[in-house]
Amino acid sequence: MTRENGIEVDGLVREYRKGPRAVDGIDLAVAPGEIYGFLGPNGAGKSTTVHVLTTLLPPTAGTARVGGYDVVREGPKVRSLIGVALQEAALDPLLTGRDHLRLQATLQGVRKDQRRPRAEELLHRVGLADAADRKVSGYSGGMKRRLDLALALVHSPRILFLDEPTTGLDPQSRTALWEEVSLLRREDRVTVFLTTQYLEEADVLADRVGIIDQGKIVAEGSPAELKAEIGRPSVHAIPRRDEDRPRIAEFLARFGELLDTTRDVSVRLRDGLGLTDIVRAVDADGVDVVDLELRAPTLDDVFLAKTGRTLEGAAEEAEAVVEQKRRG
Amino acid sequence: MSSSLTQVGAIARRSVVRTARQPASIIPPLVFPVALMAVNAGGLRSSTDLPGFPTESFLAFALAVPFIQGALFSTMNAGTDLARDIQTGFVNRLSLTALRDWALLTGQLAGIVVLGVVQVLFYIAVGLIAGVTFASGPLGIAVLVVYGAIVSLSFGALGAWLAFRTGSGETIQALFPVLFVFLFISSMNTPRDLIGVDWFRIAATLNPVSYMIECVRSLIITGWDPQALALGFGFVIALGVISLALASRALRTRMTRT
Repeated sequence: MTRENGIEVDGLVREYRKGPRAVDGIDLAVAPGEIYGFLGPNGAGKSTTVHVLTTLLPPTAGTARVGGYDVVREGPKVRSLIGVALQEAALDPLLTGRDHLRLQATLQGVRKDQRRPRAEELLHRVGLADAADRKVSGYSGGMKRRLDLALALVHSPRILFLDEPTTGLDPQSRTALWEEVSLLRREDRVTVFLTTQYLEEADVLADRVGIIDQGKIVAEGSPAELKAEIGRPSVHAIPRRDEDRPRIAEFLARFGELLDTTRDVSVRLRDGLGLTDIVRAVDADGVDVVDLELRAPTLDDVFLAKTGRTLEGAAEEAEAVVEQKRRG
Repeated sequence: MSSSLTQVGAIARRSVVRTARQPASIIPPLVFPVALMAVNAGGLRSSTDLPGFPTESFLAFALAVPFIQGALFSTMNAGTDLARDIQTGFVNRLSLTALRDWALLTGQLAGIVVLGVVQVLFYIAVGLIAGVTFASGPLGIAVLVVYGAIVSLSFGALGAWLAFRTGSGETIQALFPVLFVFLFISSMNTPRDLIGVDWFRIAATLNPVSYMIECVRSLIITGWDPQALALGFGFVIALGVISLALASRALRTRMTRT
């Protein structure tokens, strides 16, 4: 039996007709009260996983239990205890924020005498009290996302699914949403399953991160654990002249594994080496660089180490595949 | 009130509110049929001189047409609204609540019926103001309102089926002229027995829309005609039953939740 408020997924597969496996045999477990970050580029299988876990899509194979209930056999019970904000904040532009909350509260079975106070509480909580009686067509992207979050919370769910909640938001709105999600976990002990393509978001918010690529989980652990797995820092050099790039790459390769030569020239240092070793060698060899920077491993480094691509590169690749399919 | 009825009420309220906030959804079903009726009543007035024409007032004869024409507008509006909900993911949002499938359909149709009744009351008011005498009296007017509600329900269910089946507002708008063909090849402008062109008379006789118009027309100009009422109610109820069955089936496929 899955622990109350937790999520357990075992060998989950979802295939689309005439398409590839969007989700290809993933296993994961989310503990009650945990924020689990599901990180991956566009087209990696994040949203499909959310659709299966929230009962909107049946899996092709495997099992998933949410809050102790099987997502296939006990769909209504799963839906009663989850709140969901999907990638597209599907709102009715002709309704006001308050209309939406009233409708959602009614459909979620909130008691009649509780609907109004709950709506007021949520409008204040997400900072939309002043805009509550305005039609959603006049809301900014950030306001729509906040209303979407309020709608997901209207029936006080124990488990919250947020599918790329900050995509397209300005930094201020993004930070506000992060604070709200942290507060939900801290004060209400809500379990949060959050998909994102932003490294920083996963790093800041998530207790644990699962990295998904091409339908498979390629790494899982706390952000600190994952970065520690990579262990060694990297050094990034910016050449003064573009034509020096190959020479600097050859020079830096003496200190470790060459990572990238397209933007800056970077190298993952071998054990026992530090920035000072490189600075001395730069001086001794007269290598002309504008800047040298030592960076601790990031989740992008984890993604690169596990998949051989950067997260940004994988996203571009996925978009190219989609474009190719579109053109037939 | 049970939770199912509460859900139906909430969806119906949304349907009415969003229509009320779109003048483009309210004005055409009210104005266009009445404008067309006024044009026809002016241009075709001499039809009443034909031997066997059932009334001396072409306006009274033509007043039946807006009832069906308005319902066709409702079909398109209901369909495009629902299709938009599917396209934007709003149906997914509803799928994630405790909303029952049938409550979504019923609520949506309840909203359409409310608007349909408003339309019918408007057409009746226009008729009374223009001096039309309703041969079936106040009770006949009440039956017209009920008939208008059933027509809205049946045509609304047809629009809902098209929306759930295609999921595309553009497709529904493209189908709108096809529905209008049924109106134009009916007895909307001439009684069937006075149509001189054979193929047109046969087409109008085979077209159920003719009987829906004649049902309304009988209450306005004839009085109580059991055959016209039976055929009119029979065809519109049959359309409603078939459309509702198709819409329910398409809805189950569309709301793919486990």
